[in-house]
Amino acid sequence: MAQATTKGASETKKQVSQSYWSLVWWKFKKNKTAVVGGIILIVFYLCFVGLAEFLAPYSLERRSNYTEAPPQIIRFIDAQGKFHLRPFVYGLEKHIDQETRKRTFKEDPSRVYPIYFFVRREPYKLFGLFPTDIHLFGVDESDPAASIFIMGTDSNGRDYFSRILYGGRLSLMIGLLGQFLTLLLGCVLGVISGYYGGATDMFVQRTTEFLNAFPDIPLFMALAAAIPKHWSPVTVYFMLTIILAFVRWGGLARQVRGLILSLREREYVLAARSAGASDARLMFRHLLPGTMSHVIVIATLSIPGMILSETALSWLGLGLRPPLTSWGVLLQEAGTVYAIRYAPWLLWTIPFLLITILAYNMLGDGLRDAMDPYGGR
Amino acid sequence: MSSGDTLVEVKDLKVEFDVREGIIKAVDGLSLTVKRGRTLGVIGESGCGKSMTARAILNMVPKPGKITGGEILYYRQVGGNGKPLITDVINITKLDPDGELIRQIRGGEIGMIFQEPMSSLTPVYTAGTHINEAVTLHRLIPIRKVGDQLVETIQAHRKVSKQEAREIAIEMLRKVGIPKPEQRVDAYPHQLSGGQRQRVMIAVALSCEPKMLIADEPTTALDVSIEAQILDLMRELQETVDMAIMFITHNLGVIAEMAEEIVVMYMGKQVEQASAVELFYEPQHPYTRALLQSIPHVGKKSRQRLASIAGMVPDPFHLPPGCVFHPRCSSFMPGKCDVIVPGWKQIGPNHWVRCLLYEEV
Repeated sequence: MAQATTKGASETKKQVSQSYWSLVWWKFKKNKTAVVGGIILIVFYLCFVGLAEFLAPYSLERRSNYTEAPPQIIRFIDAQGKFHLRPFVYGLEKHIDQETRKRTFKEDPSRVYPIYFFVRREPYKLFGLFPTDIHLFGVDESDPAASIFIMGTDSNGRDYFSRILYGGRLSLMIGLLGQFLTLLLGCVLGVISGYYGGATDMFVQRTTEFLNAFPDIPLFMALAAAIPKHWSPVTVYFMLTIILAFVRWGGLARQVRGLILSLREREYVLAARSAGASDARLMFRHLLPGTMSHVIVIATLSIPGMILSETALSWLGLGLRPPLTSWGVLLQEAGTVYAIRYAPWLLWTIPFLLITILAYNMLGDGLRDAMDPYGGR
Repeated sequence: MSSGDTLVEVKDLKVEFDVREGIIKAVDGLSLTVKRGRTLGVIGESGCGKSMTARAILNMVPKPGKITGGEILYYRQVGGNGKPLITDVINITKLDPDGELIRQIRGGEIGMIFQEPMSSLTPVYTAGTHINEAVTLHRLIPIRKVGDQLVETIQAHRKVSKQEAREIAIEMLRKVGIPKPEQRVDAYPHQLSGGQRQRVMIAVALSCEPKMLIADEPTTALDVSIEAQILDLMRELQETVDMAIMFITHNLGVIAEMAEEIVVMYMGKQVEQASAVELFYEPQHPYTRALLQSIPHVGKKSRQRLASIAGMVPDPFHLPPGCVFHPRCSSFMPGKCDVIVPGWKQIGPNHWVRCLLYEEV
């Protein structure tokens, strides 16, 4: 009897009604595609932004004598067909093509370099804070000829895998940072435009139309060309982020404005006003939160556009410039017939870019379905 | 009546909407007085300007509406606690609609409850947050409001801890009769029932102990049992804090119960004003009579049709000449009512009417 009562009591306590976000999470979890997208993104951001130094066997600018070397395949079974528990790579051997006089490298099965994990190599700071020199993997460097280029090298003999890792950091962060700025601009201007209406609305909306009507690439080119050449790469990077955000806030501002136009007629706005709330308070404390679910979805779905814009700009040579390395910069090196013919491994950037963008779209679609209260299924 | 009794005086108020088709006179020359601690009822059909009057008192007339004439005087008493009482007269119509002073009056001194409890609370904030917000906005002049730290701003003014701020909210919820206020303080609007939401609204409006409460059809969306509870609650609270109420409704039963004095409005004009008893027992204006006849009565013969007012509310752009009510009036006098605009005439010690029946023309 006593047991039954306690059980009943604990059950009533559990009966808390679900908040909006827990409902969203519950619905989101059921969408496997979206969850996969989310996990991919978490892993990517962790690997590229957080742990690039740790995962990369070499530093960004470390050059070797092996220029345009093909990827060294990680093997477990050697030429004799013997299985090794410790993976290894073959050494690289120089060949000179007698006809074209071109230097190429080939794997040499006679030289075996076992891969060691958690090796001490070049020092770096983990997350920019903790000085350490441990890298995930590497080969024994007591032999100067030893190397591990799992995705080959570029024309300067730099490890392409390391460069993709470091490049991903900038490309992924520019998406986030740029989107953050876009959100800021879009939300503030959208709310103001929708709330005040009239001339303010007119001005903001015509500005967004103007920006939308402008062809993207020429506008980017003009703005990017305005960045002085002598600025430091980091400044250029932030300028580029600002430019991307500046061009792209329009769409978001329009959506926010549309939502605010309907929300501002709600009674709770009047009620808050009658309680003495100021315009600014009404706009940013009572109206803006109502648009958040929508804004989050739009933001998620437009980050890929941001990343692609950066890539496109850098590819055109207008965005980031070496020594800054982003995926766009890497692709620029790969963007020649020569590269495709003789060093196809330089295209390794593309799958990473594709997966990132796919993952964002998967996540965004999932969020949209999860956050739509009317989307019954 | 001494002026110390008067809290809000509306004089010849005109609110107009300038729309493409022309000008709508939402409120046309309305005058009324709200006395301290008393209840004034305002009744009339939908669209007769009741709510617009209420909004005008808080200087919240929605665009494209404008207060085009008259004045609203708010008699603000400063002092007390041993100091002599000084009455400041503030003309609300002259204030900047988003200025500091009107924002202090809104909520702080004149609270308002709305018709729709379902949508009067911001969906993203809990009941407690709503109450704290109102309190925060009106304790002295707010210093800086930083983001979500509502509770912290109260601390700055009143030296109360976060826990105490929460207790204020709980206390308010308890006052308005919400069960388990300790739990409900953290409930979001969608977790509350309609009656509870309306109670939270009342708690928000009362949390700053306003001198006057404007209740704009506060029980229309509620069922009768909750309606009765809310009305009881309002009366109870009125007694304890000595607050004036301006009660706006089109429900004659409710107003009979609540108001001491009643103003009847038709097409932006007041047509009759009397004490509640007099108005219900001796209505003088044909419109008031017609309104009272159209209440269904229990016990009438079931075959009898319910009386209704003939005709339709006139098109606001083409108001009839003379008395605006004449096309629907049962005592219509041809040649008089459609020509002469009736004046505001006192016909009893506390009874005014706007009708040519009581004027010698």
